[in-house]
Amino acid sequence: MFSHFRTMWLVFLHLFRKKVTIQYPEEKVQLHPRYKGRIVLTKDPDGGERCVGCYLCSAACPVDCIALQATQDENGRRYPEFFRINFSRCIFCGFCEDACPTYAIQLIPDFEMGEYKRQDLVFEKEDLLINSQGKYPGYNFYKVAGMDAGVKQKGHGANEELPVDVHSLLP
Amino acid sequence: MPKIFIDNTSYEVKAGKNVLEACLTLGFDLPYFCWHPAMGSVGACRQCAVKVYKDENDTSGKIIMSCMEGVRDGMHLSIDDKAAKAFREQVIEWLMTNHPHDCPVCDEGGSCHLQDMTVMTGHDYRRYDYKKRTYVNQYLGPFIHHEMNRCIQCYRCVRFYKDYAGGKDLNVFAAHNHVYFGREKDGTLESPFSGNLAEVCPTGVFTDKTLRQHYTRKWDLTSAPSVCQHCSVGCNTIAGERYGGLRNIVNRYNAEVNGYFLCDRGRFGYEFVNSENRITKPQVMHQAVDENALMHHLETVLTNHSLIGIGSPRASMESNFALLDLVGKENFFCGVYNEEMMLERRITDILDSGKIPVASLKQIEDADAVVILGEDIWNTAPMMALAVRQSVMKTGGREATEKTPMPEWHELAVKELQQNTKGFMVNVTVTETSLDEIASLNINAAPDDIARLGFAIANHIHPSLELKNFEEAVLAKAKTIADELLKCSNPVIITGTSCYNDPVLRAAFDIAAALKAAGKAPAIAFVVPECNSMGLAMMRGHAFDTAVRRVNREPNVTAVILEQDLYRNLPAGIVDEFLSKCRNIIVLDSLNNATTEKAHVLIPASTFAEGDGTLISYEGRAQRYYQVYVPDNKYIRESWKWLSRMKMIISGKANGHDPHHDSVISSLETALRQFAGISAAAPSSGFSIHGEQIPREPHRYSGRTAMLANRNVSEPKPVADGDSPLSFTMEGYQGTPPSSAIPFFWKPGWNSPQAVNKYQQEIGGDLIGGNPGVRLFVKSSGNMPEFFKDYPEHFRERQNKWLLLPQSHVFGSDELSVYSAGIAGRSPEPYMGLSPVDAKMLDVTEGSQVTIKSEKEEYSFPVKIVESLRNGIVLVSKGLPGTQGMSWGNWVELAK
Ligand code: SF4
Ligand code: SF4
Ligand code: SF4
Ligand code: SF4
Ligand code: FES
Repeated sequence: MFSHFRTMWLVFLHLFRKKVTIQYPEEKVQLHPRYKGRIVLTKDPDGGERCVGCYLCSAACPVDCIALQATQDENGRRYPEFFRINFSRCIFCGFCEDACPTYAIQLIPDFEMGEYKRQDLVFEKEDLLINSQGKYPGYNFYKVAGMDAGVKQKGHGANEELPVDVHSLLP
Repeated sequence: MPKIFIDNTSYEVKAGKNVLEACLTLGFDLPYFCWHPAMGSVGACRQCAVKVYKDENDTSGKIIMSCMEGVRDGMHLSIDDKAAKAFREQVIEWLMTNHPHDCPVCDEGGSCHLQDMTVMTGHDYRRYDYKKRTYVNQYLGPFIHHEMNRCIQCYRCVRFYKDYAGGKDLNVFAAHNHVYFGREKDGTLESPFSGNLAEVCPTGVFTDKTLRQHYTRKWDLTSAPSVCQHCSVGCNTIAGERYGGLRNIVNRYNAEVNGYFLCDRGRFGYEFVNSENRITKPQVMHQAVDENALMHHLETVLTNHSLIGIGSPRASMESNFALLDLVGKENFFCGVYNEEMMLERRITDILDSGKIPVASLKQIEDADAVVILGEDIWNTAPMMALAVRQSVMKTGGREATEKTPMPEWHELAVKELQQNTKGFMVNVTVTETSLDEIASLNINAAPDDIARLGFAIANHIHPSLELKNFEEAVLAKAKTIADELLKCSNPVIITGTSCYNDPVLRAAFDIAAALKAAGKAPAIAFVVPECNSMGLAMMRGHAFDTAVRRVNREPNVTAVILEQDLYRNLPAGIVDEFLSKCRNIIVLDSLNNATTEKAHVLIPASTFAEGDGTLISYEGRAQRYYQVYVPDNKYIRESWKWLSRMKMIISGKANGHDPHHDSVISSLETALRQFAGISAAAPSSGFSIHGEQIPREPHRYSGRTAMLANRNVSEPKPVADGDSPLSFTMEGYQGTPPSSAIPFFWKPGWNSPQAVNKYQQEIGGDLIGGNPGVRLFVKSSGNMPEFFKDYPEHFRERQNKWLLLPQSHVFGSDELSVYSAGIAGRSPEPYMGLSPVDAKMLDVTEGSQVTIKSEKEEYSFPVKIVESLRNGIVLVSKGLPGTQGMSWGNWVELAK
């Protein structure tokens, strides 16, 4: 009996607390940059597509909702020919972002993705690619990779020596 | 069996092995790079370190390279020892100091031995803070992509390319930490075995360039065990699919057939499956129709007409049998001309008698002498040529190590002892071949003379014939060869149909028979033209000539032509005559060609990738290939399914269902006794392990819920496979499947193809559960074989006539593989080979156009003067555009 009254009393006290419920959608939520919402594909500082089509995100995804096909341009630079996320399956776990070696795929603080038709939750590359570096500015994978994909020549990376002269036997 | 102690537990191991092999056979995960089961140890990478102890009381021990130390009875060693572990981790760390930050864009990633070993040793953090060494890459042709920065200097590539496969244009350059693996300058890798570099190299330096065009990681492929379709050897392959297209072919280990390797025709020849030229819809009178209309039309043409079927040497046993079943045995013909048919019949007769066993590739490798009679196996059965090379090298090695005992796996030491010692191999061919350089003796002769030499050899070994009119020189040569053969114990005789000459086959048999009579254990191998030529020959249908006579006699014939372009193998005039006499022509095929153009009813057939089937290789080995994926196009079905539908139409029992593979195979077994046992080539469709099927997709397969979401967000139900125990999903039994149904090699920690270690009974030995395939020819019977005694006359040139013989090309002579751009690019321009004397007589020079006139056709090619060719023979490139339908083995006229 006593506990009933105690509970009612505690509930009553809450009337005087600060309200956490907000009047969404009139009132917007403030989200942290690290919030894991809608997924985007970002670009590198030089404006190139960051995704190199390595398939690590799709392999990491626990619900297998990422599908892509890698292709390459005339310089050998890899990029996705198509990149599809089925958001009706995505659980916004962020594994894809963790797996991505190029910072291409990022979860951003936007959760307003309601749709009437489930089919509209299938996003293609055009819907995912944004013209920004997102949360991780300054990284261009091809500048640190060994490959020459038209971004830097062999041996011209900051961490590289000039290519070996195969004809030389000097130490 | 020596007993060794690993971390204080005792194990029985096989004597003569090295410690690394022994540990891997026992199932330990011991990292390695430079050692390769087919190539032995060189101790270059220092990755396989373990600790050995003097005895059980020794506690300090010393670090050794396990690949360089043989097992000894009572040996004590430790894999888990702290120092050994730290050593292995450090080796990887050193290798990684220069390794580029490439995995995401590296095609090796996900099936990379370097990744696997790095994880296995535990190295995960770069402490080295200096710059990385870099290299410039090379263009290596259409098959192999080069990315030299990723090299870890294990030397496997050159050891395979130069030492194992005899290639000349890949080498190691520069010195110290600058060594470079590539060509002297940019250019196409010439060896037809170059594709193996992609699997031999433990890193991403050499990768499959054709896969690059539609790159997919290993974990994303839907794969199935398959069998190569491009020659009669029947190498085992794994075919991988993604998004409805075939993506790559990799090796599927079979200790008795192809071992760890494939040739480039087999590895890169798959693109015909994705070709624009595929037949996609049924057609009636060149109009696309739907299934109802097709069935309706078939009903009229199949009933009220007499039916004949033309079986195909490149279609599966199932399809050929379904055709035979549809038309009846007496109406079943082969798309092969009488002369060729007789040769193949001779071969099946010999093999069927069981007097001399057939040699598998493994037996060829292990043979201590090889005689090749009249077959350019480098071009007609490339992997067999590679096996012959191993026989020559291994026998040489054995001879060298007789005096100074040295285990076989000690690669460099054996090579050093061996120097140029080679095993005995005689290469008797029409003209020079790429195997000449390793042969003890090369003889170029006309087919009849090849046969005569063969008979003479046989006679020397076991006098059985009365040799008349034999030249002294031939007899002397025969004696040298016979004497050498008598020193051996398990020689192999190789021949084939390329000479279009029956005496050559008989001579080969006689040599083998004589050797058997002399107490040796010979084996024989007959190379036949196509992937299922042997199966078709075993069906004993009539030759095509009979079919032509039949339609000439009978007006109301409906011909059902199975998966072949008749115009390729038969003279155009005869095919035209045949087709014009048929009332109705039904053709089933996967690609448009000259024959499908003439079809009144054209039915799209599946390729090996979209259907199930069984092929019979040159050794009479029935091997099953499994459907890799279900094509979007519902019209693409195995020919045997279409043919069974037709049968139902005739019998009026159509129920709209396709028959199952099991039932087709069991009817084949009952109907044709020579195929008894073929069902054992693969587990039946009902087979399961703990109630689970075998998944075609690895458990890491990605994109399941997004791949098709663009079409419909609700995922479709996975298709069930009624024809095999494999499922089209990633769910199912995760353990080791039966050896003939392994869709991919993967074990925890082993993502690269080297996971195959875990599927073998012993490293480099048979697969667990035995090697795939059943050999249909009975084992050798005890009876002494009877000799053929009818040797031919000496080859005589004819006035103004030349004997027309084929010159095969690895790239180009095969019908289907040329749909791959890379293979088409490497196939030569067709030419006509003439001896210098003949060229002079005709007054032609290299490059001048000469016309060949056979009965009905005329062909014109540029001349190539071939020094090694006998006078009176004209050689023409086989199977290249413009050389179809030539009457090989016949006499033709030449005109300027
Ligand atoms: S957030 Fe998680 S569920 Fe969504 S796509 Fe990424 S990995 Fe998949
Ligand atoms: S992990 Fe990153 S780079 Fe790789 S495919 Fe996904 S988005 Fe592209
Ligand atoms: S070779 Fe292996 S470890 Fe090196 S970049 Fe390629 S995948 Fe990565
Ligand atoms: S290229 Fe590959 S196989 Fe050759 S040495 Fe380098 S890592 Fe080894
Ligand atoms: S595998 Fe033993 S040293 Fe390379």
